[in-house]
Amino acid sequence: MADLTVKFAGVTSPNPFWLASGPPTNTGGQVMRAFDAGWGGAVWKTIGEPIVNTSSRYGAIDLNGVKMMGLNNIELISDRSPETNFREIYEVKKRYPKNLVIASLMVESKRESWHAMVRRAEDAGSDLLELNFGCPHGMSERGMGAAVGQVPEYTEMITTWVKEVARIPVIVKLTPNVISVTHIAAAAERGGADAVSLINTINSLMGVDLATFAPRPVVGGKSSHGGYCGPAVKPIALHLLSTVAKNSRIPISGIGGIGYWNDAAEHIALGATTVQVCTAAMHYGFRIVEDMIDGLSQYMDDRGFRTIENFRGRAVPNVKDWGDLDLNYKVIAKINAELCIGCQLCYVACEDGAHQCIESYKESAKKNAGGFGVHVPRIIEDDCVGCNLCALVCPVENCITMKEVDSGDAPMSWNDRVRQSSATLTLPFPSGD
Amino acid sequence: MPLRETAPKLSPDQYEKNFAEISPAMDSRQAAIEAARCLYCFDAPCIAACPTHIDVPAFIKKISTGNLRGSAREILTANILGHSCGRVCPTEALCEGACVMHEKGESPIEIGRLQRYAVDYVLDNKIELFSAGAPNGKRVACIGSGPASLACAAELAKWGYDVTVFDRNELPGGLNSYGIAAYKLRTADSIREVDLVRQLGVKFRQKMVVGADISFADLEKQFDAVFVGVGLGETWALNLPGEDLHGVYGAIEFIEETKVRPFNEVEIGRRVACIGAGNTAIDVVTAARRLGVEIVYLVYRRGEPEMPAFAYEYQLAKQDAVSFLWQTQPIRVLGQNGVVTGLECVRTQLGSPDAKGRRSPAPVPGTEFKLVVDMVVRAVGQKPATDFLKAIKGLEVNPDGTVKINDLHQTGNAKYFAGGDCTNGGKEVVDAVAEGMAAARGLDAWLGAPRGFS
Ligand SMILES: Cc1cc2nc3c(=O)[nH]c(=O)nc-3n(C[C@H](O)[C@H](O)[C@H](O)COP(=O)(O)OP(=O)(O)OC[C@H]3O[C@@H](n4cnc5c(N)ncnc54)[C@H](O)[C@@H]3O)c2cc1C
Ligand SMILES: Cc1cc2nc3c(=O)[nH]c(=O)nc-3n(C[C@H](O)[C@H](O)[C@H](O)COP(=O)(O)O)c2cc1C
Ligand code: SF4
Repeated sequence: MADLTVKFAGVTSPNPFWLASGPPTNTGGQVMRAFDAGWGGAVWKTIGEPIVNTSSRYGAIDLNGVKMMGLNNIELISDRSPETNFREIYEVKKRYPKNLVIASLMVESKRESWHAMVRRAEDAGSDLLELNFGCPHGMSERGMGAAVGQVPEYTEMITTWVKEVARIPVIVKLTPNVISVTHIAAAAERGGADAVSLINTINSLMGVDLATFAPRPVVGGKSSHGGYCGPAVKPIALHLLSTVAKNSRIPISGIGGIGYWNDAAEHIALGATTVQVCTAAMHYGFRIVEDMIDGLSQYMDDRGFRTIENFRGRAVPNVKDWGDLDLNYKVIAKINAELCIGCQLCYVACEDGAHQCIESYKESAKKNAGGFGVHVPRIIEDDCVGCNLCALVCPVENCITMKEVDSGDAPMSWNDRVRQSSATLTLPFPSGD
Repeated sequence: MPLRETAPKLSPDQYEKNFAEISPAMDSRQAAIEAARCLYCFDAPCIAACPTHIDVPAFIKKISTGNLRGSAREILTANILGHSCGRVCPTEALCEGACVMHEKGESPIEIGRLQRYAVDYVLDNKIELFSAGAPNGKRVACIGSGPASLACAAELAKWGYDVTVFDRNELPGGLNSYGIAAYKLRTADSIREVDLVRQLGVKFRQKMVVGADISFADLEKQFDAVFVGVGLGETWALNLPGEDLHGVYGAIEFIEETKVRPFNEVEIGRRVACIGAGNTAIDVVTAARRLGVEIVYLVYRRGEPEMPAFAYEYQLAKQDAVSFLWQTQPIRVLGQNGVVTGLECVRTQLGSPDAKGRRSPAPVPGTEFKLVVDMVVRAVGQKPATDFLKAIKGLEVNPDGTVKINDLHQTGNAKYFAGGDCTNGGKEVVDAVAEGMAAARGLDAWLGAPRGFS
C-alpha cells in the first residue's frame, strides 16, 4: 500500500489532501467532520477583523447540463471574530492532534497588528500559518489580500513581519491576478516564507441576467467582480504552479480546480507536496476525499510509487519553453472506422476550424443495426498537421488517436534553428509564466 | 341490433388511463437534458432520414439555448405538421433510427418528443410564426384535408395563393383526426394543429364531397389548379362467408369510432378477432384491449417474421396481452340471428418465397378450428379511391391504384396535382407532408405565379 503521508515545510500531514480556506472551513464543527471523513488538513477560513458579507454572493457557470464548471464568489474573509475562530481551532487541535490546522490570516498592513494575530494563531495550536495575500475582491480595496499579493515589495515586507514572531511554518498564498507569479513567489521567499500555496481565485464577472441587466451574483440588482475557481481554473492553476516549481525549490501547496484524485496527482506531478480543495467540497461535501485517497493510492500502487515524493515534480522538467520543443516531431490523426459513429464532428471541426485535412464520408460502407448508413469520414494523412482538434471533439473514446510518424528528420527546435543559422535576429522567448 | 356480448363498460377515469398518451410531453427539464445529449452532428443522418428533412440538430440546439420560438420555426418551416409528426412518426424507422447514438451504444436522441416540445410551445402560447404571402391572384383547391393537403395548402398560402380545402368529413385533419390511435394523437390536438394552416388564411369547407356537393367542372372553373389529397378509401373486403353479419367492421371504420365518440359509446364485443398484422391491425387490437375487451386475437396468415407492422408497434400489442394466431387464415364468419358469434379459421403452411421474397401461405386441410368472438375487424389494408379518381378526366392511375404523377407531382390532367396516401399507396403522415409540399412546389412552378412573400 502506498504511503500517503507527506512532510510539508517540516510538518507531517497524514495525507496531501487539505481543505482550502473557504466556506467548508468556516467552523470547528465542519473541520472536525472533514477530518472524520479523511481530510489530512484544513486551512481555516481566513481570520481577521470580522467583516459583513453580501447576500447573494456566489455565481456559477454550467456547461451542457454539468453544474458548476466554474464558481465565483464575492465573499470576504470570516465573518466571525478571531476569538471564536481561535477558540474553535484550539478545540479541534485538542481532539485531532494528528490532522493539520492551518490558520489563514489577513490583517491590516501594520506590523504590530500582524505580530499580534500571529501570536494568537500560534497560541490556539495552529500547525502552520497561511497568509492570505490573494483575495481579489473587497479586502483589496481595504489595502489587504490581493493589494498586498500583487506587489512584490509588500509581499516581502509583510512576510518578514510575520517571520519576526512566527515559530511555526509560514505559507504565503499567492494570487493568480498578477503578470508574473514567480516574482511574487520570489518576494515571499526573500521575506522568509517556508512555503507558498497557489492559486487563490481569479478575477471574474460571472455573467449578466439578460432580463434585468444585473451582473451575477446579484446583490440588489448590482454585482461586483469576484474570485473564480472550480474545474474551469485547473489549467491556469497548473501552469502557475509549474512556473513556481521550475524557478524555486520552496514547498508548494497546489490549489485550483481539484475535484478528483487525478487532478491532485497532476498538481503533485507538477511539484505540489500538498493540495487544497474548496469548490469540490462545496459542491459534493467532505466525502469526496474518500475516493481522492483511494484513487491516489491505487494509482501509486499501480505505478510502483511508495510515497508521494516518488513522483512529485516528475512532470516539471517536461514543461519547456516553446522554443525548445522538437519541430520535427510529428503525429497524425487516425480514425478507427469500427468505433466511428458517423457524427462527422471531426470533419466539420477540421474543415471550418482547423486545416481542412478530413474528407467527409463518400458513401457509407458501414450500416447501423437499423440499416442506416454511418458516415465515416477519412483523414487526408498527407495534409494532417497533427493539431489534435479532431481527437478533442470526437465524442467516442479512443476512436480518433494521434499516431507518431517518423518525419525522417533529426530533432530540431526553434532555438536550435536560431542557434544554427548565422544571420538570424534572435527573438528572446518569454519563459512562459 | 346489439352485438351478442359486449365488453363491460369502464369508468371514465379508466378509459382515460387506458388511452393516455404512450409518449407523453416532456417538461422543460427533461427537454433540456435530452437536448444537451444531441451531438450536433455535421450533415446529420437524422435529417436525411426524415422525409421532410427537418434540420434536427438545429432545432435541438435551439431548444438547449432556450430559443423555443426559433426551434419551432425551424421545424414548422420544413413540416407544418411538426406537432403530430413528433407524436405519430415511427421515429425508430426514421430520424431516431439513423441517430449516431445507436453506434455509440446509447439510446438515440428522442427527436420526436423534442420536436413536439418545441412546437407545443408555440401552440400553447398561440404564437403565430408565419403569415400569408401577399395575394398573387391565383386560386387553388385542395381535395381532402389530410396531412398531404394541409402541407400543400400551408406552403401555397405562404406564397400568396388563395387556397380552399374541401373535405367530406365534419372535422378537418384526415386520418390525423379520424385514424391515428387515440393514445398517440387525440382528435382535439389534430384540430389545434390544423389551426396553424387556418392562420395562413386557408379556407376550410367541411362536409363537402367533391364530385357530389361540388362538381369537378365547378372546381375547375373556380380554381387555377387543384391538389388531390384524398388518401385511400375503405378497408378491403375479405370476401368471406358471413362478412355481412353485424359485428364485422373495417379497421378504419372501427378506429374512427374510437376517435370521434366518447369511449363508452363505442360498440365493442367481449371477444374480438382482428384479421391482418400491419400497423393498422396493431391499432385495432390495442384500441380493443383499452376499451376493455376480454380477449383479442390477431389472426395472420403468415408467421411472426413476416409481420409487416413495425417492431415498436408489435411491442405495444404484446404489452397489451394480445393473443397472436400466426399462420392462421379465416375461412368464415359465424353468426346467429344476423350477429357475429365466431370466426372459423384454418392453419396454414408457408411455401417457398415468391419473387418479392414473401412466402405464400396455403391452408392445411383438417386443421380448421373456431374462435368464439363477438366482433371481427378486417385490417387488411385500404382500397384506393378508384371511383373518385376515375371521375377526374385525364387523370391516370397505376396498376396498384395509386395516382400517376410526374416530377412536379402533376397528374395526367395538367390542372390536377396529387400527393399523400393516394400517390404513395399508404405510408406515414410525414410522407404525406413531404409529398404535399413537393406538390405545392410543382404546382407553383407550373402556374409560374410570382411568389408573393409578405
Ligand atoms: C389506422 C391508421 C393508423 C395510422 N397510424 C399512423 C401513425 O401512427 N403514424 C403515421 O405517421 N401514420 C399513420 N397512418 C398513416 C397516415 O394516417 C396517412 O399516411 C396520412 O394520413 C395520409 O395523409 P393524406 O392526406 O394522404 O390522406 P388522409 O389523411 O387519408 O386524408 C384524406 C382526406 O380526404 C378526404 N376525402 C377523400 N375523398 C374526398 C372527396 N371526394 N371529397 C372531399 N374530401 C375527400 C377524406 O375525408 C380525408 O379527410 C395511419 C393510418 C391509418 C389508417
Ligand atoms: C466562496 C469562497 C470563499 C473563499 N474564501 C477564501 C478565503 O477566505 N481565504 C482564502 O485564502 N481563499 C478563499 N477562497 C479561495 C479558495 O481557498 C481556493 O484558493 C480557490 O477556491 C481555488 O480552489 P478550488 O478550485 O478548489 O475552489 C474562497 C473560495 C470560495 C469559492
Ligand atoms: S417529422 Fe418525424 S421523422 Fe421527421 S424529424 Fe420529426 S419525428 Fe423525426
